[in-house]
Amino acid sequence: MSKKILVMGRVISPIVTFGLVLSIWYFISYVVMNANRRSVALPAPHDVLRQGFFTWAHNRGIQPILRAMLVTGRVAIVGLLIATILGLLIAIVMNFAKPLEWSLYPYAVIVQTLPILALVPIIKIWFGANLTSRTVACVLVAIFPIITNALFGLQSTDRSLHELFSLHKASKFTRLRKLEFPSALPAIFIGLRIAAGGSVIGAIVGDFFFRQGAIGIGRLIDNYQKEGRTTELFAAAIVSSLFGVAIFIGFGFLSKVAIKHWHDSATQVP
Amino acid sequence: MTNNPTNVLSLEHISKTFADGAAVINDLSLTVKRGEIVSIVGPSGCGKSTLLRIAAHLEPPTTGTCTVDAQGIGYVFQDPTLLPWRSVRANVALLAELQQLDSTMMQTRVDEAIALVGLQDHQDKYPRQLSGGMRMRVSLARSLVLRPHLFLLDEPFSALDEINRQRLNDELLNLFEQQQFGVLFVTHSVTEAVYLSSKIHVMSARPGVISRTIEIPFGYPREADLRFDPSFGQHALEVSHALRETES
Ligand SMILES: Nc1ncnc2c1ncn2[C@@H]1O[C@H](COP(=O)(O)OP(=O)(O)O)[C@@H](O)[C@H]1O
Ligand SMILES: [Mg+2]
Repeated sequence: MSKKILVMGRVISPIVTFGLVLSIWYFISYVVMNANRRSVALPAPHDVLRQGFFTWAHNRGIQPILRAMLVTGRVAIVGLLIATILGLLIAIVMNFAKPLEWSLYPYAVIVQTLPILALVPIIKIWFGANLTSRTVACVLVAIFPIITNALFGLQSTDRSLHELFSLHKASKFTRLRKLEFPSALPAIFIGLRIAAGGSVIGAIVGDFFFRQGAIGIGRLIDNYQKEGRTTELFAAAIVSSLFGVAIFIGFGFLSKVAIKHWHDSATQVP
Repeated sequence: MTNNPTNVLSLEHISKTFADGAAVINDLSLTVKRGEIVSIVGPSGCGKSTLLRIAAHLEPPTTGTCTVDAQGIGYVFQDPTLLPWRSVRANVALLAELQQLDSTMMQTRVDEAIALVGLQDHQDKYPRQLSGGMRMRVSLARSLVLRPHLFLLDEPFSALDEINRQRLNDELLNLFEQQQFGVLFVTHSVTEAVYLSSKIHVMSARPGVISRTIEIPFGYPREADLRFDPSFGQHALEVSHALRETES
């Protein structure tokens, strides 16, 4: 009984929040703003829905938004994939021997602390203003959380288990495959989730700055703002955040499947 | 077999000083034969785990020699140290995998070890679904698969309640009587030590030396009721006194 109430609370509470936000939105667009200002700054929710989502035309409404989202989404996912593979490899190399960690880690930190905007001109010079550059931006944003979380996971393997493997003369590779990597999985998935969020942001930022090739959602948002198409601007922003949420949930689900048998985090609601 | 004269483990004049300068063990010698359970009791921090780690070659002694004459060592830690992502069966198979045992042999050995600790009905469960006693059984079964001649047990049952502890004591004795391996057993519990051992070394701290050795004359197999025998109490008392002297 009390569990049922709890579950209902978890479902109902966010709905209440949603209703509240909508009311405030309506209040500001209709009570605080006049009609002119409203159409430029904060169109009412139903106008966003009607013009942004339920209009189906080649260059208006949801169609160009979805097309742009597809472009950006693809960049984000490819970038994340590359960052994951590279990041895991780098973490494994660092975990292999302390001197390797000491020589690589500072540079991983530098990559993280360099603001992506400062790198944009360099990326542009090296790779041009195309999709490759957008992907590179994603990788740069996404790789650090993967390296740090994977390295943390690999290094926090239980000491007694290591000794058990030493006792039976396990090779470094066996140790990695049968002990360190599986025990790092929960941490790796945490890193992946953070990286996925970063990768989406990286792709959108990339859209703004590398303007050659297919239009991504970042550039579309920029265009709509310049053209004063506020309802569609809102719709595009909502779609891009929904994409981020979908990726977040997707990775949550993936991590649950991968570690469901054994890790406590798998049995908790994320 | 019981009178097999060869030592599976001999520690001779072992001393250990850690890099930070802490002298933990000082000139300690002991031997373990097959068919013998030798216990070490002593205050915590006196170097019991360090001694086992030296015996297993996980840690080099500063001076002295450690000779192991056994095919394989079964090392059981205080915690079950299972791989949480592996089922009971896969956990029991781990060491056989590491030693690259032939796979049909591995399957029969795993079956046998699981049966020996009575976990047939729980093979496909994961460690988090098991009680503490069952996890310890898995840990025991894992080390049994390689049929080692020497067991190093570091307070393996200390996290268990009294009932489970006594049950696992009896299971260990059963296995011991069947397989006649040699055991070096570290424990906090005086009754456990007397119940299992053929010989008890009482260790004192700083420096870690054997302050007293007590022979336990009861033969094997041993019955659970031995714990209530007056002469059992006599030996337990002797060990307790020796243990108290190490603290004064
Ligand atoms: N790697 C190490 N470096 C320095 N000191 C250690 C190390 N391992 C153990 N010690 C010290 O050695 C002493 C004995 O430890 P241990 O063998 O674990 O004792 P016990 O198992 O009898 O409780 C303790 O004081 C501990 O702090
Ligand atoms: Mg200890």
